[in-house]
Amino acid sequence: MSEPTEGSVRQESRNWLEANWDPDLSLVEWRNRLVDSGWGAPTWPVAWHGRGLSDPLGRVVEAEMDRIGAVGVARTGIRNLAAATILVHGTDMHKEKFLRRILTGEDTWCQLFSEPGCGSDLAGATTRADFRGNKWIVNGQKVWTTSAHHAQYGLLLARTDWDAPKHQGLSFFIIDIEQPGVDVQPLRQMNGHASFNQVFFTDAEIAPEFILSETGNGWAVATTTLMHERRGADSLRRYAKASNRPGRVYEEEAAEIAIQLEPYKWYPQRAGRVDLVIERAKATGAFDDPAVRQEIAKLLTLSRAAEWTARRARAMQDRGGPQGPEGSLGKLAASNVARMAARVHTLIAGADAMLAGPDGALDGVIAEVLVSVPAVSIAGGTDEIQKNIISERVLKMPKEPRSDTKGPFRDVPRNTVG
Amino acid sequence: MQFTFTEEQEEFRRYLRRFLDAKSPAVEVRRLMETEDGYDPAVWRQLCTDLGLPAVQIPETYGGQGFGFVELGIALEEMGRALLCAPYFASAVLASNAILNAGTEEQKRELLPPLAAGEVVATLALAEESGRWDSAGIAMTATRTGSGYTLDGVKSFVLDGHTAGLIVVAARRAGTVGDAGLSLFTVDAEAPGLNRRLLRSADATRKLARLEFSGVPAGLLGKEGAAAAPLAKTLDQAAVCLASEMVGGAEHLRESALEYVQMRMQFGRPIASFQAIKHKSAELLLDVELAKSAAYYAAQAADDDADDLPAVASLAKACAADAYTRTAIEAVQMHGGIGFTWDNDTHLWFKRAKSSEVFLGTPAYHRELMMQRWNG
Repeated sequence: MSEPTEGSVRQESRNWLEANWDPDLSLVEWRNRLVDSGWGAPTWPVAWHGRGLSDPLGRVVEAEMDRIGAVGVARTGIRNLAAATILVHGTDMHKEKFLRRILTGEDTWCQLFSEPGCGSDLAGATTRADFRGNKWIVNGQKVWTTSAHHAQYGLLLARTDWDAPKHQGLSFFIIDIEQPGVDVQPLRQMNGHASFNQVFFTDAEIAPEFILSETGNGWAVATTTLMHERRGADSLRRYAKASNRPGRVYEEEAAEIAIQLEPYKWYPQRAGRVDLVIERAKATGAFDDPAVRQEIAKLLTLSRAAEWTARRARAMQDRGGPQGPEGSLGKLAASNVARMAARVHTLIAGADAMLAGPDGALDGVIAEVLVSVPAVSIAGGTDEIQKNIISERVLKMPKEPRSDTKGPFRDVPRNTVG
Repeated sequence: MQFTFTEEQEEFRRYLRRFLDAKSPAVEVRRLMETEDGYDPAVWRQLCTDLGLPAVQIPETYGGQGFGFVELGIALEEMGRALLCAPYFASAVLASNAILNAGTEEQKRELLPPLAAGEVVATLALAEESGRWDSAGIAMTATRTGSGYTLDGVKSFVLDGHTAGLIVVAARRAGTVGDAGLSLFTVDAEAPGLNRRLLRSADATRKLARLEFSGVPAGLLGKEGAAAAPLAKTLDQAAVCLASEMVGGAEHLRESALEYVQMRMQFGRPIASFQAIKHKSAELLLDVELAKSAAYYAAQAADDDADDLPAVASLAKACAADAYTRTAIEAVQMHGGIGFTWDNDTHLWFKRAKSSEVFLGTPAYHRELMMQRWNG
């Protein structure tokens, strides 16, 4: 067989799509067809529903699907991270059992990593899995678990050896969320939304074959998942956009997307809605106040400079160049933008900043900005953690002295409460 | 610069950096800033003949190399980094662009080749004792005589105004205000009635002069009374260029502070191992990189003569000025006591940061301009 080229991939996928795309199928029927053809996940291995294509060729297939408006495989939520992790570390049984249903969207996943006692320090997990009577018994608590309330499965990082050093005593499991001993509770945030859950485990059972990789190798597996999360989280959300076309496939996809994106619906407010600043300043008259104008200008400057810095990082990546410092700065810059935006919105709103919900400006959008922004500088690694990363990895400054990486984990001082 | 430089542009930067490392070490900066002229004629000649730097952004038709503001920006970033003492900004940025924007075809053909070759050093005399950087601050009058014009008034804060051979002067017809009646003129430095005096400046590497004109004969540049638009454009372009220069200086300070904290031991370890210092260093990196992105974007906008140039020029100027002064303050802080001494080099860049902050307009002034020009 000759090497696939851009032309051959375009032609072949186009032929297949023209012969098979049918918006009146059910979503699951259509996706099963797509998965059988290998065009649904073209960059995956041939043995597992893909075609082993490079990323650029995968984008050719995507473009073909977009061209005729064909719905793709399920892309939203943690299921992509689960798939990426299983592809690397899973057994054939795992791949057989989970991969297809991830692509068809029949199973939803969640990621059981963070705990009340450890935020950015994920390797400090104290949820325990003990091997008793030929199965693993899980006890403990996870937090910040997105989508756990409608997930079938979870990626679980748990401690299996308390005598090994911190990073070597962890194991990685696939756990059935809908079983006894797993209790999912929504966690309400200060902005009133409940985007995350707490998950409690009380003697929840996992069969031995649902460990991923080996006992004690959980940190390495989690690193795979995290790497994919950092690389792909934005694109996953970008793809998840419902089209408003008629047809059963479209309707079912829109419903799926609505459920999956529910936790993210306040994210634009979290980012500070810089786009609304001038509009609001003009509407309230604050635009003519020289002091407020200065603050607006500072915000616009910061926000545009951050945007251009991100584009520099992407341009460098596209050129295949080495990662420059600009690449590590995005999270920190975004957090600064959000904070300043919240401050400027308060200046513009004046007394109205005290109001919430429908009594607040723009039916509560501005009020929500003001109480959502603090999440940015905490979620996904606090500003302080970002600064440590930048200073150590980019600026090559000395690493923080640590006292938790050697010796048995059971002797490491840690939180007893969240 | 579509968010990344080409290999040729990177090579230009590397070449220039090597040159400046050799020709403009801090010890040389210290020597030259104490001189009245403020630069080394031999280095200036090399800069002109070997590197062709004043010609970079001047079109080939006028004896230049025909590159754009992106390349000019690279040159200035490197000069800001090395704190090069030379009348480059005055001649290659201010005067060259004023002539390009305002001059007639014939004037450009006559005036620009010697500037491109570095045979003539020129400058732009805009601000007066009020220290304003816009047309409203111009009080100098131009009077029509039989054969030409004469100028009367005082210009101040004129960059390299005491050494320049050719001075582009903004003046107005008596009785006009604002943009009306505004013209640009060229004046020979040796013209009768012109009295030039070097001002003592806080940043000794940036030479500023006060120029008194009494009945000084001048040649009209371009059309009479039509200088407002070309002057505004020149100032936007100059703001973009100054942003590049400031970014280079800020980067130098950031790196020198980083080098120092890696080496400086306190409490039995390098102070770079303390989070207070690490976090400050990360913040400075963010500041400088953001300012860099703005300067690069603005340089491209200047090349494209984009609609948003006026807004982004002011944005880039304000952003770079804030980043530079903040970096300067923190760099002194990170050096500890030694950072406040004359012997330590930090103060040289610190003072440049302060003079750049106000030269061509303060950050607050540019933010207000940006708001007036913002349309999206």
